Amino acid sequence: MIEFHDAGYGYGGRELLTEMTLSLAPGSFHFLTGPSGTGKTTFLKLCYRELQATAGRVSILGQDTRDMGRDEVAQLRRKIGVVHQDCQFLDHLSLGENVALPLTVADRPRDDQDLVDLLAWVGLTEQIKAKPPELSGGERQRAALARAVIMSPDVILADEPTGNVDWEMSLRLLQLLIELNRMGKTVVIATHDMHLIRQAKSQVPARVLRISNRRIQQAGADL
Amino acid sequence: MKTILLPFLTFSESAQGRVVPPSGFTARLTVLTAAAMAFLAVFALALSLATGRLAERWGNELARASTVRISAPEDQVDAQIKAALDVLNTTPGVASARVLSRDEEMALLEPWFGPSLPVDTLPLPALIEVIETAEGYDGEGLRLRLAGEAPGAVLDDHSRWRRPLIKAASRLRFLGYVSLILIAGVTAGMITLAANAALAANAQVIRTLRLVGATDSYIARAFERRFTLRGFTGAVIGAFFGTVAVALLPSAQLEGGFLTGLGFSGLQWFWPCVIPPLAGFVAFLATRFAALQTLRRLM
Ligand SMILES: Nc1ncnc2c1ncn2[C@@H]1O[C@H](COP(=O)(O)OP(=O)(O)OP(=O)(O)O)[C@@H](O)[C@H]1O
Ligand SMILES: [Mg+2]
Repeated sequence: MIEFHDAGYGYGGRELLTEMTLSLAPGSFHFLTGPSGTGKTTFLKLCYRELQATAGRVSILGQDTRDMGRDEVAQLRRKIGVVHQDCQFLDHLSLGENVALPLTVADRPRDDQDLVDLLAWVGLTEQIKAKPPELSGGERQRAALARAVIMSPDVILADEPTGNVDWEMSLRLLQLLIELNRMGKTVVIATHDMHLIRQAKSQVPARVLRISNRRIQQAGADL
Repeated sequence: MKTILLPFLTFSESAQGRVVPPSGFTARLTVLTAAAMAFLAVFALALSLATGRLAERWGNELARASTVRISAPEDQVDAQIKAALDVLNTTPGVASARVLSRDEEMALLEPWFGPSLPVDTLPLPALIEVIETAEGYDGEGLRLRLAGEAPGAVLDDHSRWRRPLIKAASRLRFLGYVSLILIAGVTAGMITLAANAALAANAQVIRTLRLVGATDSYIARAFERRFTLRGFTGAVIGAFFGTVAVALLPSAQLEGGFLTGLGFSGLQWFWPCVIPPLAGFVAFLATRFAALQTLRRLM
């Protein structure tokens, strides 16, 4: 699905991540942890080609990211659902329209019942007509997750999807991601929440990637 | 979806049109400028068409305008005709010179004297018809040479004074066309600026659209649609008022037709209808160009 070959990344010459060689297998479930500012978001951005590796090679869904055209990047994004840490929405559209936005820009028909079901799953049925600025942080995060999965992507990358929600909602969102993983989708979740990781490990064979010392390492079973 | 006039101009509250937030002020400004430009375009068009008509009519009258009349004692007439023809045929700017037959002369005189003219008894002077080339001849020079070679020859070129006016009319028509091109250019430039401003104002929206998989051409279309519609709408308003203004011009059909009405005639009234689709097309191209450029830069 996503492969790193000795890849590295630095903002403006300052090396942030280096010597990353790993492969995220189809259908795998990964957590990504590490102290704040170590590059979790940066790593995920490399995974959906918001950023391009400054060293080594990254290939996504079998495509080398270096020689991708602009339209190919757009096509790629349709196969990867991303929950952004800063949850970007279009403030002039309703929540429902925002969640359906990936379908809209891909010129795909939107099934309103599917949209309602999806919003029900993340507990946002009531807010379907609300504008994003009127939502709480947690509601925005749930909407971001709904938007990430609406295209039924092969890969789901979630950057702190449970950062602003209570434990109960965290479990619910995790459950959604686990369900998706059981349907065969590759899932990567960046999080600080060790409880969440433990909870997930009791249900799926989740692996943990830890960023430390500018490198990505597979964490041991003990975590 | 309702399609009007142009295939790329679809009026609809479709999702694509709505992904970019509405922008009240620049929108109104674009419509206003397009209206003003279309208004001016109607006048430039009227000017071009009217001066074109003028130049054509005068040109036709001029083509066969000159004659050389030979009035000489009977025994010299043939010699002088020959001398005059020699002069004419060697004068630069004269396309052809030909002696009119008696029948042709009678046809020329008929409007004045009626068909029952006892023409055989009249001592009619010989007439040579002179047809000019487009450049025309030097009237004074020709007159002098004729005076030297055939003293009885009189050059009658009374309509030739219009020649410089025809030149002016053609020049005016050309300027009218140049104005139309300039108006189209200014419209394109203005729409490009407006589109660039809109793109810059929506950088965050564009970023979000990209993150969810929108291609450049999808994003560009959202803007194109808008500006095409604005350019078209503005031009409809402007062209309408411009045409009304031209229609209300006093008809300047003076005696002698020196001024033709500075408006449209007949089917030419349909020309202003071409302006709005053209404005829409210019807006479409300008926005597409601006959007694809900017999107490439906003990586
Ligand atoms: N656009 C950027 N330009 C320059 N430096 C950046 C940029 N984005 C991030 N950084 C730096 O790169 C480092 C890693 O950032 P990143 O967002 O990947 O961290 P993170 O692990 O996701 O942190 P957090 O847990 O707080 O979300 C930080 O030190 C940050 O200051
Ligand atoms: Mg982060």
